Amino acid sequence: MSELSIPFATLPRTTVPAAGLEVTPLADADRKPLSKKEVSADHPTWCPGCGDFSVLALYFKLIEKRKMWHEKITTVAGIGCSSRFPYFVQAHGAHFIHGRALPFASGISLSRPDLHVFVFGGDGDAFSIGGNHFTHTARKNVKMTYVVMDNFVYGLTKKQTSPTSPIGFKSKTDIWGSTDRPINPLKQAISAGATFVARTTHTNPNHVLKMMEAAMDHDGFSFIECLSECVEFFPGAFDSSNPRKGGQFLEVPAEHDVADEYAAYRLADEPFPGRFGIFFQTQRPTKNANEAKLIADHRAKVGGLADWQILQKSFDRTK
Amino acid sequence: MSEVAAGPAPAGGQSKLTKINEAVIRIAGNSQDGIQAIGGFLARLAGRSEQEVMTFMTIPSTISGGPSIFQVRIGSGEVLSPGDEADMLLAFYQHSYEDHINSLKLGGIVLYDSDHITPKPEWLENYRHVGVAISSKTVEAIGGTGRDKGKNIFALGLLARIFDLNVPKLNKLIEERFGGKDPTVVQNAVTCFEAGYNHQLQDLLKTYQLQHAELKGHTQVVMNGNEALAYGLLAAGVRFGAGYPITPWSDIMELLRRELPKYGGSFIQCEDEIASISMAIGASYGGRVAVTGSSGPGISLKTEALGWASMAEMPLVIVDVQRGGPSTGMPTNIEQSDLNIACFGGHGDSPRVVIAPSSVEDCFYTAIEAVNIARKYSTPVLILTDQGIATRIEAFIEPDLKKICQDLTPDLTPIADHKPYDLKAPDGITRHVAPGTRIASGKYPVVTGLEHDELGHPTGSPKLHTAMTAKRRNKLRRLGADLPVPTTYGPNEGQVLLVGWGSTQGPLREAVDRFRSVGDAVSSLHIKYINPLPNGLDEIFKGFRHVFVVELNDEGLYGYGQLTSLLRARYAEPKIRGIHKCDGQVWKVKEILERVRAAMTPSRPS
Ligand SMILES: Cc1ncc(C[n+]2csc(CCOP(=O)(O)OP(=O)(O)O)c2C)c(N)n1
Ligand code: SF4
Ligand SMILES: [Mg+2]
Repeated sequence: MSELSIPFATLPRTTVPAAGLEVTPLADADRKPLSKKEVSADHPTWCPGCGDFSVLALYFKLIEKRKMWHEKITTVAGIGCSSRFPYFVQAHGAHFIHGRALPFASGISLSRPDLHVFVFGGDGDAFSIGGNHFTHTARKNVKMTYVVMDNFVYGLTKKQTSPTSPIGFKSKTDIWGSTDRPINPLKQAISAGATFVARTTHTNPNHVLKMMEAAMDHDGFSFIECLSECVEFFPGAFDSSNPRKGGQFLEVPAEHDVADEYAAYRLADEPFPGRFGIFFQTQRPTKNANEAKLIADHRAKVGGLADWQILQKSFDRTK
Repeated sequence: MSEVAAGPAPAGGQSKLTKINEAVIRIAGNSQDGIQAIGGFLARLAGRSEQEVMTFMTIPSTISGGPSIFQVRIGSGEVLSPGDEADMLLAFYQHSYEDHINSLKLGGIVLYDSDHITPKPEWLENYRHVGVAISSKTVEAIGGTGRDKGKNIFALGLLARIFDLNVPKLNKLIEERFGGKDPTVVQNAVTCFEAGYNHQLQDLLKTYQLQHAELKGHTQVVMNGNEALAYGLLAAGVRFGAGYPITPWSDIMELLRRELPKYGGSFIQCEDEIASISMAIGASYGGRVAVTGSSGPGISLKTEALGWASMAEMPLVIVDVQRGGPSTGMPTNIEQSDLNIACFGGHGDSPRVVIAPSSVEDCFYTAIEAVNIARKYSTPVLILTDQGIATRIEAFIEPDLKKICQDLTPDLTPIADHKPYDLKAPDGITRHVAPGTRIASGKYPVVTGLEHDELGHPTGSPKLHTAMTAKRRNKLRRLGADLPVPTTYGPNEGQVLLVGWGSTQGPLREAVDRFRSVGDAVSSLHIKYINPLPNGLDEIFKGFRHVFVVELNDEGLYGYGQLTSLLRARYAEPKIRGIHKCDGQVWKVKEILERVRAAMTPSRPS
């Protein structure tokens, strides 16, 4: 009984010492920025004209501009049209289950501080089935960038009401027009404790890139609501925010104080099409930093003991 | 209490010493009285004396307390179960006395708190009654504060005198337990203990002395199953976990939360069980096998993500500390009713590994094995324990930690090319490369829950779905072929084979011993690897006329419990039948004997 019937399998191991979850970065010297060709994988399966195409194109731009390497990027998504994202990116990626991309991404972020973790998904994924995870990932301030491609509808399942559908939206599940008060993603994020909250729209590529860059540079949970039109099931939803369609693209006023939570909340409350830009940004210790500190303190206390010696001490107390 | 020989002259003039080789003591009171602490002391003492020990406890599921028991069986020989009948009942209240008198063997001793208990005249004849004013004596001993806190330690003193326990060792344990910032706490404890020890037990004539255990020359460690399992995960090299509190799983997550930072790891308390398994899978994908776990309803919540791990072939360890179900069920009672959800829970064909440890010691080693199987076969592995094994304390030989502890830091060495779901891999097993690994070909993998091609990209191809489904199934068949074939306890031929799984191994073996002692050809077989099953079980079944699967679950609609059904489906063997119960209690050996005998007696036509 005290023997292992299947002894330790000799599987690939690392050369890095087991001190913690830290892993040695590879030398990045003289690598060229990745071209669009190098970072694109499968041809997207989205409908022609879908807003999600621009978000993908700008993600590629971001990778190129910020000289990120394939192996350092991890793209994670749940389920939905928008959540197909990882297949289209030539980098490590995971396509998880509906609504649970954030905890999955947290597992990566918390155990692998060397990686950039990006999560993409839809409004249903984020605020309906994944609503609770959104709240808790925000309050824990787990370091990652989360882009919700908000199309106000369930695209993949073909036009049901989404938690962001406006009142009166006629869907297959609300043929008389929806009546449930839509969620305001920005207010939701601010009150949940997100430390970076921004809004952009797929029709303004420069703005999308600017928001992605700022989000990526933020040390914490950075959230972007990116309006991304579903041309199939909610065409024209965002015309009023698109100058080319006779709408108005209004940025967050220059005098807005992004550190002012109440001002951000008020700004987020403006009726559609509302404002675009960074609504709220603050610095609060990340979950990553809190855990790292806990680890550092405990490692200091156990001194230079090997793992088995630490365990031995616990066992000695049970004798 | 098996007596060995008449003892020497009475100690202290009050009693005579009788040597015994084992004792079963049941302590009954309310949970806030420190019942578990007395039991814990006795178990630790036994461990330090190289005696075998097994405990069993019940705790109320409400925090405000309520009736609680702790039973401890200490022996110089092998101890296989916590014992059917107690030799002594230590009762603190009238309800403890009345509710547990039945657990005492005829002629057994009731040691009762006469401040709270009035003996029943009709029981005086069958049981030796020894009353001690435990509550008021405790108050008196510690200076009349009017509070009887410490009466458990007073009672421990009484037990130490009656069973001639090793007082210096006990004193040391008391110091270790209460030694803290406030020295008066230890002082009070020692005072209570001494008061109990020195109490004159006028009407108790005998003092018992446990035979010394045959020294095995090994140091023993003493802990419960949850602790052993958590330490096993640490030894295995697990450095990340995520969970949500639920009894009886919480102890494991609390221990890991407390210990992991010392090893450079983290355990995250999540918003729910779905987030927990998702986070653990994310960390596994990050390169190092992670753990999650739960009990009861929490396991149900994990099944969708478990299916993803099966589909994406991601290593993961999931601990299921079973409790009475369904729904909130009986949170603090034992049951083995999660075998089906462990093996089959979730939609679709989603093969996974299920292992059930049989003892506290086995919890430690099973945890390591689960991690290694998860890595080797790139698969989710469920460890099925239960409320009984989780909370019972056993002593076992200290493992050689230096030899056993593993380092699983991920390997991020750049590689030339990679196909995560390579259908032509020589062993058919997926090897994931963790993000952070540079792949020279520039082709990076996606891990996914959609049916996929060899690179992880979605496919609707009938051929690929068939091939990938077979790939996921065949690797576990391969594991099945690699698993050790279990051996029978007792001869491998006979009349009856009792088949068990999980925490019931001890009582089943004791039942075999008792059957054999009266000449019945009964053996037992314990199945640890439940999914996949090891090969060769059919050969073992051939050696017996009857095969009874003894499990703590319901016989179900068709008359067969969960493992019984699995074995019948697997072997299409009509002689496999089940013996089940779901009363939330562990098997008593006596019960097993009766149930087997009843099943063997053909019912007479009326
Ligand atoms: C547990 C579960 N429930 C339901 C579904 C079906 N489903 C897939 S995507 C989706 C909604 C997608 O909407 P959204 O997240 O807004 O993404 P979009 O397609 O609009 O980009 C639903 C209901 C699922 N895959 N899993
Ligand atoms: S259905 Fe809508 S969201 Fe989905 S791909 Fe088509 S346009 Fe885009
Ligand atoms: Mg949507």
